[in-house]
Amino acid sequence: MKTRIGVVVGSAIILIWCLLPIAWIISLSFKSQDAVTNGSPGFLPEEGGSAGWQNYKDVFDNPDFQQSIINSIGICLIATVLSVILATLAAYAIARLEFRGKKLVLTIALAIAMFPVVSLVGPLFDMWRTFGLFDTWIGLIIPYMSFTLPLSIWTLSAFFREIPWEMEQAAQVDGATSWQAFRRVIVPLAAPGVFTAAILTFFFAWNDFVFGISLTSTSNARPIPAALSFFVGSDPFNPPASLMAAGAVVATVPVIIIVLLFQRKIVAGLTSGAVKG
Amino acid sequence: MSTATMTKGASNPPPEGSDRTRAENRLGRKLVAPAVIVMLVVTAYPMLQALYLSLFRYQLTTPDDKAFVGLTNYWTALTDSLFWRDTWNTVLIMVVTVGIELVIGFVFAMVMHRVIFARGVIRTSILIPYGIVTVVSGFTWQFAFSYNNGFLNTWLPFVADDYNWFGGHWSSLFAICISEIWKTTPFMSLLLLAGLAQVPEDMLEAAKVDGATWWQRLWKVILPNMRAAIMVAVLFRALDAYRIFDNIFVMTKGQNNTESASFLTYRQVIEQFQLGAGSALSVLLFLSVLLIAYLLVKLFRVDLAQARQES
Repeated sequence: MKTRIGVVVGSAIILIWCLLPIAWIISLSFKSQDAVTNGSPGFLPEEGGSAGWQNYKDVFDNPDFQQSIINSIGICLIATVLSVILATLAAYAIARLEFRGKKLVLTIALAIAMFPVVSLVGPLFDMWRTFGLFDTWIGLIIPYMSFTLPLSIWTLSAFFREIPWEMEQAAQVDGATSWQAFRRVIVPLAAPGVFTAAILTFFFAWNDFVFGISLTSTSNARPIPAALSFFVGSDPFNPPASLMAAGAVVATVPVIIIVLLFQRKIVAGLTSGAVKG
Repeated sequence: MSTATMTKGASNPPPEGSDRTRAENRLGRKLVAPAVIVMLVVTAYPMLQALYLSLFRYQLTTPDDKAFVGLTNYWTALTDSLFWRDTWNTVLIMVVTVGIELVIGFVFAMVMHRVIFARGVIRTSILIPYGIVTVVSGFTWQFAFSYNNGFLNTWLPFVADDYNWFGGHWSSLFAICISEIWKTTPFMSLLLLAGLAQVPEDMLEAAKVDGATWWQRLWKVILPNMRAAIMVAVLFRALDAYRIFDNIFVMTKGQNNTESASFLTYRQVIEQFQLGAGSALSVLLFLSVLLIAYLLVKLFRVDLAQARQES
């Protein structure tokens, strides 16, 4: 009985912990500019201080913000697809084949996952300017790939190791060609793992800030997180808090939708990649 | 079909030197090559470049002034109080946030492990802070702590309504730590939850039958069995916390001496175009991360390869 009360209280605390700040930023995004400028402390918009959807309209009407949404979606999707393809090949080899240098590959991936991102900013800044990749999509896609690869390689090799590869041979014994056996048996078993790796990779790329602000200078390639931090309205001493809150909510919505749709897979991916190996 | 083929790549590798081994070797390398090349091109090469640049006096605004200066940049950094202040800030943030996250994360993991009702809802919600962009969580907390627009001052009983959290060093650091802890505790607790699931139930039952108290079971059965999971969680979070940048950039822009080591490096390179001095800081940052990783692995005395089975 005592444990049950503990669990109920604990669950309530977890829910408040996770959701209260979200509720707050949503509430702020509905406060009117005037109310915020004059100072409106408190959780919910005061009477008459609510702006309805105006902040969201303003955010979507802002050309820089529009462009940054397109940039973020485009850059993150391309980086995710490329990184997952390369990681799938590598993880297949790691889980399935015996070859020399396998440990080295995993060590390199581990080392890169721990790398302080800022360390690369200087040299990349210099290199990208020389190659003309500064402030372009490719200039962000390449660094994103290298940083999401270790994560995908681990997640995927953990998944692939659990696949009963003998089934492929069993299918061949039953008369399937090796390609058929691979496609009919292994691909369906591997697909959920690949998908999970893709979601995590996308999160990772979407969350990036350091590369986003250092390797871009205009809205050409600037992703949402970087755009938000440069989002200062007409009066630099009074940053438009409610407008930024609306922008923050817009940047968060895709993530929340993905979380809601695929929570089981994400948990499995996170923990299998990090704990099971 | 022999058993050797069935467990290909697992426990019975074919004898050395056979055609099969060589073919597998070749295929394996071909498959991992693209991933390894991409990873090295964007990390190893720039890192070597940083190592090289760090030996020069090199400012982008005056490129003609570039000159070889040996280890001067390192000496300047290591004797500068700014460098030590920022490093100290970073270490402080890392120790405080990871310590608190470990405790809260463990409690959350225990709750999630036992919860039956609304399990799905809780597991979904805990992913939300994890998924949220750090910049957004930084803004959220900055606005929450703000004295003219936030709600925290009115909710906290011992704080004056017009208290300015971003007016002083410690209160700013506090706000930054809260934001960091909020965002990353879920990650910690999910890893610990996975570790908790690996604690054998029958061992716990046996300890209970033998009359071990809850506290004894925690220290003697649960925690030792979770050592690998705790180790991985702490290591990952500590290295991640040491890179702290987004939160500070958004919440204080480094004011009130809240700058982190990453922030200092960023400012040198991107804002002041000091590629030489900035590169030296990049190298120092990288070395400190290596040192922390080494110390943690030693401290926990866990073989990483064993914890991760293969790596």
